[in-house]
Amino acid sequence: MAELNRDDVAHLARLAHIDMTDDELDRMAGELAVIVDSVRSISEVAGDDVPATSHPIPLSNVFREDVVGTTLTNEEALLGAPDNADGRFRVPAILDGE
Amino acid sequence: MTAGTDEVLSFDEAMEKYDPVLGFEVHVELNTRTKMFSSAPNAFGDVPNTNVTPVDLGLPGVLPVVNGVAVESAIKIGLALNCSIAEKCYFARKNYFYPDTPKNFQTSQFEDPIAYDGSIDIELADGTVFTVEIERAHMEEDAGKLTHMGGSTGRIQGAEYSLVDYNRAGVPLIEIVTKPIEGAGARAPELAKAYVAAIREIVKNLGVSDARMERGNVRCDANVSLRPHGREQFGTRTETKNVNSLRAVEHAVRYEIQRHAAVLDSGTPILQETRHWHEDTRSTTSGRPKSDADDYRYFPEPDLVPVVTDEAWIEALRASLPEPPAERRKRLQADWGYSDAEFRDVVNAGVMTSIEDTVAAGVGAVAARKWWMGEISRRAKLADVEPSELGVTPELVVELQGLIDSGKINDKLSRDVLDGVLAGEGTPAEVVEQRGLAVVSDDGPLLDAIDGALAAQPDVADKIRGGKIQAVGAIVGGVMKATRGQADAGRVRELILQRLGVEG
Repeated sequence: MAELNRDDVAHLARLAHIDMTDDELDRMAGELAVIVDSVRSISEVAGDDVPATSHPIPLSNVFREDVVGTTLTNEEALLGAPDNADGRFRVPAILDGE
Repeated sequence: MTAGTDEVLSFDEAMEKYDPVLGFEVHVELNTRTKMFSSAPNAFGDVPNTNVTPVDLGLPGVLPVVNGVAVESAIKIGLALNCSIAEKCYFARKNYFYPDTPKNFQTSQFEDPIAYDGSIDIELADGTVFTVEIERAHMEEDAGKLTHMGGSTGRIQGAEYSLVDYNRAGVPLIEIVTKPIEGAGARAPELAKAYVAAIREIVKNLGVSDARMERGNVRCDANVSLRPHGREQFGTRTETKNVNSLRAVEHAVRYEIQRHAAVLDSGTPILQETRHWHEDTRSTTSGRPKSDADDYRYFPEPDLVPVVTDEAWIEALRASLPEPPAERRKRLQADWGYSDAEFRDVVNAGVMTSIEDTVAAGVGAVAARKWWMGEISRRAKLADVEPSELGVTPELVVELQGLIDSGKINDKLSRDVLDGVLAGEGTPAEVVEQRGLAVVSDDGPLLDAIDGALAAQPDVADKIRGGKIQAVGAIVGGVMKATRGQADAGRVRELILQRLGVEG
């Protein structure tokens, strides 16, 4: 695993839409590097014969019946929205999406 | 925004210089009752933000649960595309910020799609077959619907704000991705259309999607690149988004080929980007730059456990698959004895299944085709509906054809009978009765009409007497006119020849 440097942190901050000051970037690069190091110690124990896991509990195929359940009303759905209009969430026009 | 200001080369010239390579991402909305990860209804056209649960809105503390039917639909699609089905696969989060997803990520699959390495044969109109390799088909969820407000054109450019409806957010989607398609040459636009048509037909036939392109059930992103003839290496591609009709797929691929050719001819490199298709100008405009390394920070979805398949499950699903559309067409054409042209017309008119049902109900294949391609299609066109939506049942055709075969009515009268039935006047037999449409089978009135027709055209009568039997048509026509079509043309012909003392 490559070292996590300040540029990586700045890149992640940009992707996560988090504004960070230069001081914060410096501090976070150091702190995240410690975390990455601790996680790396796991790969020293787990050899190639241990597959990566996304889930600690050995469950699979947890499925739901295709049956309609309770839904929110339009009013309930919009309750937490900062702004709404015409029964819909109102958001600023965003240009960089699809 | 001004659309279509780009230089284009003529298609023929582009083909002389370059070899197109295509690739498609087709998104298919499943027609499950509920969404992919929540029990909200999967329905079109409802009041905005009513088919939503806290899961669909990405509220804190919610737990998604996978729709088992959607997984089976995904496996069926994979099998129909001759794919391998993953023994174990995961869901992943694709992270991006855009208000069409309230969660700030789309739940999708990344490294291990449920289906991979497939292929389908695509038959073009003239019978040429192209094999399209399928790279993968994976499960994911649809996004919400944004409406941009305040802009003069309804487009995002110039919009002041956007309104979001999350009814569609979380609707199960299967994304089908092809490998690069080489060697189509000048058939590339046609192949593009035929490929999307084939996918639409397959998912509709499987019953896993309503497959209505006008509702966005099937959506296509078309990748196009050009390379000079003889070069192995692919050119830079563009991805034209949301080309949402079969005709548009064909036009968009053709347009991008012509545009790329003009850019390359001018010595400029192609910019790797998304393009937006404009149906009104039949051209594309620049979207956003797109790199292969778009950073979505995919990671395994911690709230969902893996999907594990075994042979018994997959084979049970395989056994449940309907006959593939291409094989069904071959079988039906052979059974019915139609020529290639006749069969193609039947398919294009959308009446193949209607004919199949009608033949199964007992009408001969030739008569069934005549009904569906003739009178029924004509009335459907007038009513601006599909022939199958006109309300004509196979049983109705059986009854109409039975009345003709028994000599009770003739072809011409049968049209009036059909009109009467469609107007709600009752069964064919009742319409015949009420409208007085039965053929005149009593020879007396027919002979009067024949004598009248012979007297009106003495020269024709002489010709027939002289042995020119084919001239009898003119006299038959006169008789049919005189009887308002209510005569059996065959019987009329017999009687005319008898009257003139000529052997038929």
